[in-house]
Amino acid sequence: MTTGELPGPAPDDRQLPEGRRNSQGIRIDPEAEAEHPPEEAVLSALVKHEPGVLAEISGLFSRRQFNIESLTVGSTIDDTMARMTIVIEEPRPGIDQAKKQLEKLIPVISVRELADDALERELVIVKVDGDEPDKVNAITQMYDGTTLDAGPRTITAQITGDEQKIDDAIDAYAQFGIREIARTGYAALARGEAPTAQVTPPNRAPTEAQVATQEVSDD
Amino acid sequence: MSERASVPKDETEEAADEATESQDTADDGIATGADAVAAALEGAGVELIFGVQGGAIMPVYDALYEHEAIDHVTMAHEQGAAHAADAYGIVSGDPGVCMATSGPGATNLVTGLADASMDSDPVLALTGQVPTDLVGNDAFQETDTIGVTQPVTKYNIFSSAPDEVGDDVGTAWALANDGRQGPTLVDLPKDVTQGETDRQPAGPQTPDTYDPPTEADDVVVQEAADALAAADRPVILAGGGVIKGEAWDELHQFATEYEIPVITTMPGIGAFPEDHDLSLGMAGMHGTGYANLAISNTDLLLGVGTRFDDRLTGGLDTFAPDAEVAHVDVDPAEISKNVHADYPLVGDAKHVLRQLDDAMSAAPSIDAWRDTCQQWKSEYPLDYEMPEDEPLKPEFVVEKFDEVTDDDTIVTTGVGQHQMWACMYWTYVEPRTWVSSHGLGTMGYGVPSAIGAKLAAPDQEVVCFDGDGSFLMTGQEISVAVRENLDITVVILNNEAIGMVRQWQDGFYEGRRMASEYPWIPEFDKLAEAYGARGFRVEDYDEVEETIQAAREYDGPSVIDVIIDPGENVYPMVPSGGDNARFALTEEQLEGL
Repeated sequence: MTTGELPGPAPDDRQLPEGRRNSQGIRIDPEAEAEHPPEEAVLSALVKHEPGVLAEISGLFSRRQFNIESLTVGSTIDDTMARMTIVIEEPRPGIDQAKKQLEKLIPVISVRELADDALERELVIVKVDGDEPDKVNAITQMYDGTTLDAGPRTITAQITGDEQKIDDAIDAYAQFGIREIARTGYAALARGEAPTAQVTPPNRAPTEAQVATQEVSDD
Repeated sequence: MSERASVPKDETEEAADEATESQDTADDGIATGADAVAAALEGAGVELIFGVQGGAIMPVYDALYEHEAIDHVTMAHEQGAAHAADAYGIVSGDPGVCMATSGPGATNLVTGLADASMDSDPVLALTGQVPTDLVGNDAFQETDTIGVTQPVTKYNIFSSAPDEVGDDVGTAWALANDGRQGPTLVDLPKDVTQGETDRQPAGPQTPDTYDPPTEADDVVVQEAADALAAADRPVILAGGGVIKGEAWDELHQFATEYEIPVITTMPGIGAFPEDHDLSLGMAGMHGTGYANLAISNTDLLLGVGTRFDDRLTGGLDTFAPDAEVAHVDVDPAEISKNVHADYPLVGDAKHVLRQLDDAMSAAPSIDAWRDTCQQWKSEYPLDYEMPEDEPLKPEFVVEKFDEVTDDDTIVTTGVGQHQMWACMYWTYVEPRTWVSSHGLGTMGYGVPSAIGAKLAAPDQEVVCFDGDGSFLMTGQEISVAVRENLDITVVILNNEAIGMVRQWQDGFYEGRRMASEYPWIPEFDKLAEAYGARGFRVEDYDEVEETIQAAREYDGPSVIDVIIDPGENVYPMVPSGGDNARFALTEEQLEGL
């Protein structure tokens, strides 16, 4: 026997609202876009070059369930800072949230989402069977690659380019029997004079962050 | 957690002597990293540390031996130290400081840090660590404290040099305090705290890249103010950020000037006086019926310092579905995280409420809406039944205690049914009088938080409503209240069960009460007496008032074990993910949802 019940009109006898929200907390409105399909975004983050920063950022992405395609980190011309290039695939609200969560981390100096025309490059090292060295060499040349090692059993080559080119090259090598590959993930910079991620203190107000995003998409 | 100190101290003692001679007073003398830690704490104005000794943190304790300005309270368990520091932070507004040794000391702090992280409570944790050259070797009492605490702290740092350790502590203190508050941690390897340095730490300061916003964008402020002035059914949702941002006066001014009804979240309790006509109390899973109807039917929701947690919103599809949302928060990452903000107002609550006030052209014409809210208040009273011939109702005990205490009385709680009754049947009229575990829902928070609250506000009465299950987790901290002679009252609303789980089992698991009821439970009044506190036991209505009086009159900690109706449930209730407007008032309604 349980108690604690309270008086008052039952659920069906109450004034109930008519509207609804979607799973992203957005009111469902015919004029507004209700569904956001996943899209790929390239984020560049300038971070303090300290122990544990990579773990902190990768931990953030995993515990908040952001879908990460690649993450690279490397030094910059300033020894105290490193640049991370992160490719994520999320619906638009998820990308915006990922940027804000990144900016919130104390060692993160600034974050910027790169425009579609940004300079994005990846490197792959491919090790294939060495039975047909001439054909392998032809593929390597076709993709402007370099042969790193050639022996009686294996040939190892490197290709650089955007994701599509790397995928195509790997497909082309597949006929020889790929033994192993290693891909680096993207390194990227904004095109032209546009800064990739500024050294000045981050602009934490989202209205201005939105302005920055606007500029990127207007480019 | 003891370990024999193995590092010879002759050299550091000599250094300390030299340093002492070269300074005007002994307090300024810094010879070691540990001295720098103590100096940094003193420089930040820290007066009290909650902690537990242990091998790797001994150098810091040793340095504190000389610092009479900083008191230390030894807690029974490191979790108690973290919760006490958390409550100290909530009540004082300044970071509470807790300290523990490496390994188990540090891991025992984790629950408290996670709690502080979820509720944005300012806490600075200092943990000992094995000497740097042993780190990574699985040394005795070694744990990767930085790795373990990363997800549950706002910031943490492994201090790597005696010359830097003082500044590391100052930075962590400042980051716990500034912007959106939260827990921070400094890991202190023993060789760093024992190492030589004479460097006076800089005062507490955040890194130069840390720049929390203050004022919101003027254009958005104007748009939000215009929408508010034109709204038909506006409500203000005041969250914990109103209290953390010390914006309660601005909230009161704004709400009363434009006569807009105010709802609070659970951490927002005390942000607006609950005895005010405009107050609708708390919304959410166990919110009042009128708050949940108002938040469901509003057409403009001004959320201030709230993160729209799922216990507040219920299912997002039905949360304030007709409302434009104006969201004030100091943390941009909270804006549109859960509920889309039509008017994102990133800034400090105090400033943004002033900006909104300046931008308001007129008060909204909402007489009919206010009448509707008042009508809901009369339709959905918190009127529980109280048959005299049946076991005690917990609601009655909470109400009676509220009646005899002052407005500034601080209430702390554990987590569960008792916490909800303490929310609903006590009328909170002042900020920083409600101290609880909201986001993490940490059973056992009650007793240590009462200790922290009392030490932060020695002139205010402190009462802890606890459950029997929660008390079993941290009740040993009563020994600390006895030792420190803290005049607190712990009221255990004892239903011999993990009551909220039992309520869910009855509601959602066909009454299959697996592992929720205690087949045997200690007599808490006798347990309290064994610890050196006063113990009372209450089973009948006519004992309630006199026992409360006796416990309050006793100069020291007392524990009242109140045997309540074991079948009492918490209503109203919105099932997890449910529709706030369809809250259940009865078991039958709950089963129909």
